[in-house]
Amino acid sequence: MEQSPLALLPELCLLAGAVATLLAGSFLPRQRQWIARLIAVAALLAAAVSAALAFPRHQNGHFGGGDAETVFGAFVLDTATGVTRLVVVAAVLLVIGLGVDELAGTARESETYALLLLGGLGAIVLAATDDLLVLAVAFLLASIPVYALVGMVRSPGAAEAALKTYLLGALSGIFLLLGATVLSGIAGGTAYVDLATGLAGAPAAAVAVGALAVLAGLLFEAGGVPLHQWVPDATQGAGTAAAAFLTTVPKIGALVAAARLVDVLPDALSWPLLVGLLAAATMTLANLAALAQTDARRLLGWSTVSQVGYLLMPVAVVSSTSAATPALLVYLAGYAVTNLTAFAVLAAVPGARSLTDFRGLARQRPWLAAALGISLLSLVGTPPTAVFLGKLTVFTAAWDGGLAWLVVVAALNTLVSLFYYLRWLVEAFRPGDPAPTAGWAHGAALAGALGVLAVGLGAGLVTALTGDGTLG
Amino acid sequence: MLSSIIFLPLVAAALLAVLRVPDRVARWTWVAVTTADLVLVGVLIARYETPTDGGLAFEERARWIPSVNSSWHVGVDGLSVPLLALTAVVFCACAVYGLREDRRPRQHAALFLALQTTCLGLFAAQDLIVFFLFFDLSIVGMYAAIAGWGHGREAGRSALQFFLYTFLGSLALLLGFIGLYLAADPHTFDIPELIAAAPLQDHPVAGGFVLAALLVGLAVKTPTIPFHTWLPPAHTDASAIGSAVLAAVLLKMGTYGFVRIAMPALPDAWRGAAWVVLAVGIASVLYGALVALAQTDVKRMIAYTSINHMGYVVLAVGAAGLAGTGTAARELAVTGAVTQMVSHGLLTGALFLLAGVLHDRTGSYAMRDYGGLARTAPLWTGLFAVAAFGSLGIPAFSGFIAEFQVFAGSIGTTAWAAIALPGILITAALFLRALQLLGTGLPGGRSIGFSDVRAVEAVPVTGLLLLSLAIGVLPWLLLDLITPASAVLVDLVGR
Repeated sequence: MEQSPLALLPELCLLAGAVATLLAGSFLPRQRQWIARLIAVAALLAAAVSAALAFPRHQNGHFGGGDAETVFGAFVLDTATGVTRLVVVAAVLLVIGLGVDELAGTARESETYALLLLGGLGAIVLAATDDLLVLAVAFLLASIPVYALVGMVRSPGAAEAALKTYLLGALSGIFLLLGATVLSGIAGGTAYVDLATGLAGAPAAAVAVGALAVLAGLLFEAGGVPLHQWVPDATQGAGTAAAAFLTTVPKIGALVAAARLVDVLPDALSWPLLVGLLAAATMTLANLAALAQTDARRLLGWSTVSQVGYLLMPVAVVSSTSAATPALLVYLAGYAVTNLTAFAVLAAVPGARSLTDFRGLARQRPWLAAALGISLLSLVGTPPTAVFLGKLTVFTAAWDGGLAWLVVVAALNTLVSLFYYLRWLVEAFRPGDPAPTAGWAHGAALAGALGVLAVGLGAGLVTALTGDGTLG
Repeated sequence: MLSSIIFLPLVAAALLAVLRVPDRVARWTWVAVTTADLVLVGVLIARYETPTDGGLAFEERARWIPSVNSSWHVGVDGLSVPLLALTAVVFCACAVYGLREDRRPRQHAALFLALQTTCLGLFAAQDLIVFFLFFDLSIVGMYAAIAGWGHGREAGRSALQFFLYTFLGSLALLLGFIGLYLAADPHTFDIPELIAAAPLQDHPVAGGFVLAALLVGLAVKTPTIPFHTWLPPAHTDASAIGSAVLAAVLLKMGTYGFVRIAMPALPDAWRGAAWVVLAVGIASVLYGALVALAQTDVKRMIAYTSINHMGYVVLAVGAAGLAGTGTAARELAVTGAVTQMVSHGLLTGALFLLAGVLHDRTGSYAMRDYGGLARTAPLWTGLFAVAAFGSLGIPAFSGFIAEFQVFAGSIGTTAWAAIALPGILITAALFLRALQLLGTGLPGGRSIGFSDVRAVEAVPVTGLLLLSLAIGVLPWLLLDLITPASAVLVDLVGR
């Protein structure tokens, strides 16, 4: 077993960066908090470089496949971890980029950056671990910064959202711990290798209770039905940067973690069907709820829940097809950049809350409107954008894994989602006077839009990174 | 060469979108680029030789998504060359007509140039993902054209209906493509490989489902009944150029999908579904003609005749799948189908541009508002009469060649196809009625003071009509291209 701390260099960079940002922030005057921001960005860049250098070279689509190794008995260094590290770090960088205008000079600027780094670290550990105890710790590390970030804005809406998020999170955390206790009690160990062997002959009902309880915790973190209620409120109530973060980064960690867990569960219960039903419920409910929204943030909040539905499709078939994990990673990467681009547009027009506030955007800010169009069309799944590539691979994997009905449900949901995404886009092209725009977020939106197109057009490179998805 | 033909308009569109050039420059750039693309397509046709092995010419292939065996694969054969040429011609005609566009002409030109790339790319695509990419982008582009430049009060609503409806079709298509991909061994999205493998040959149930998904997707786009309801509002509210492009080029994507993908890749299932396709074709022909006859709005009438005309194509490809009948007749039907696609593109494009002139002058499409246009606008009436006669299938125009082959081939395979014959009669009646209402009698209503077509309107319409005339007089020019490809296709369907 490898015990070299250097194997965790990207994580150490984030941790050290969070501490340094916090310390620097408490000594710096408010006008010079940008130094704390620079420290955070430097830590992220260092994490990105070290993650890229440590990227596993020979990979295949399976968890722990190729030359993957496990350090400290609980942290898997495989393709999934490598991709998660890169996507999370890039996502946090983009969040900081789109949040600069909103955060600069505020009372809690450096604390926000530190929380972003810690939350990102939590998401990576969540995705990388193959041990239930570390999973529980990672759950706390990924969710506690989210509570704080939601409540950072001192508005009644934010307070309510923070409380809601906290209560639901605490409940889900207890579920997760309960499930971990039950599973480790049955299997006689907390590591997933022990689960795979120990659960094989165990009573199906006990396994089901334990696994469902752990999944409940992960569903809260991802924002999937039935533990999704906090997402729209938090997205609407929190600041834009915090909303962008909490709808993107925790999902990445939680969904990869869910896939790792479902992968080792025994066949006594039909997990593909169960997770497939959760996926169908998540996307359908969220899409129907999004139809009626008139607030852009709340609409986007429901949209992120519906995207979790599509993301749960490869989780459902993770043990039946080798295409599932690459599909999940491709979709996560595409979703992250697309969702953050949409939030960057929100951040670029800070005064706009309802959809009608975006009127005149195309006339006054054609580039911003183009970024909005690209991100929304990508969320729908129009080629050649990032989420189209995700949907293509995810649909293929789900069908190949025997869930053709779920693919049909997902296709119909995509049609429903088109309706509300278009409603927003149409407003942007109507005549009107939009609110003034912010510079940094404008840049982040353009960079994000380019990223969306790059992932879609450079699909060959992206899929090469996420592993060989060739089926059969 | 093929890739540069496809991407030349897109590059120009990007430049026009970024550079804030004066309106005049933008309009003329649009004309210049479409003309250059037309010349390039002309060169391609001049250098085109029918591939001897039933394969592709001007093939290009580049890595794209190797993990799912999808690549940038383009190439042409006798089925796609005529449609590439049609696309280039129609867009060039629209660019000339668009010289009078005064609503945001720079963005308008950029949008239609981008749309041209999606159409050219689709007709050259030899990979399902590339096909789907252009299929979906054409929907987005057309949506923007209707919502942004449509002139009906309900333009936004019609555009949304168009988008939702055709997007539903494209999702069904995507499901069918994924089904084909998973059925092939090794898995691939490459069209020639899928055709060679015909992966669902011995799986009637799975093949049936995949074909059903493809049929729904393509039928929405074509459109055939019962999936046609998006078409009339979309046409009514689109601008003249938007309507011309939608009818002349975008509708062909559906029927082209039949001959390019559905028929050769799923021969067994196609033969099984042939009677259904045939019936849908006959129903579209008759229903489209009858509803068109009842219209009082000239643009809506032309829209419904599109359903009728595309019905002939569906009828013919259905007949081509009827097993146990003569090969020659089925080949004739396929040739007729492709000829009809080209012919409908030229004639309906001309009709929609002429209808646009009416709206430009008076803001009305109602036929009762006019009368006696032959006196006040003799040139317009003359052009409309030629286009109408061409469209109802008078000999010496392309419509006759196409419909003659469709019926000779289809009735040669099954006598049931003759049920669709009254469609021709009804179409003749409705065009003559339209001509009478608009052109004859004493000038009244909005005809008074109606200024005749200007050069920028007459030139593109005349060009389209002359091409239709050329195909009518010298059909071998076109048929020599199509016939070898339809022989190959009938061979593949007969497997």
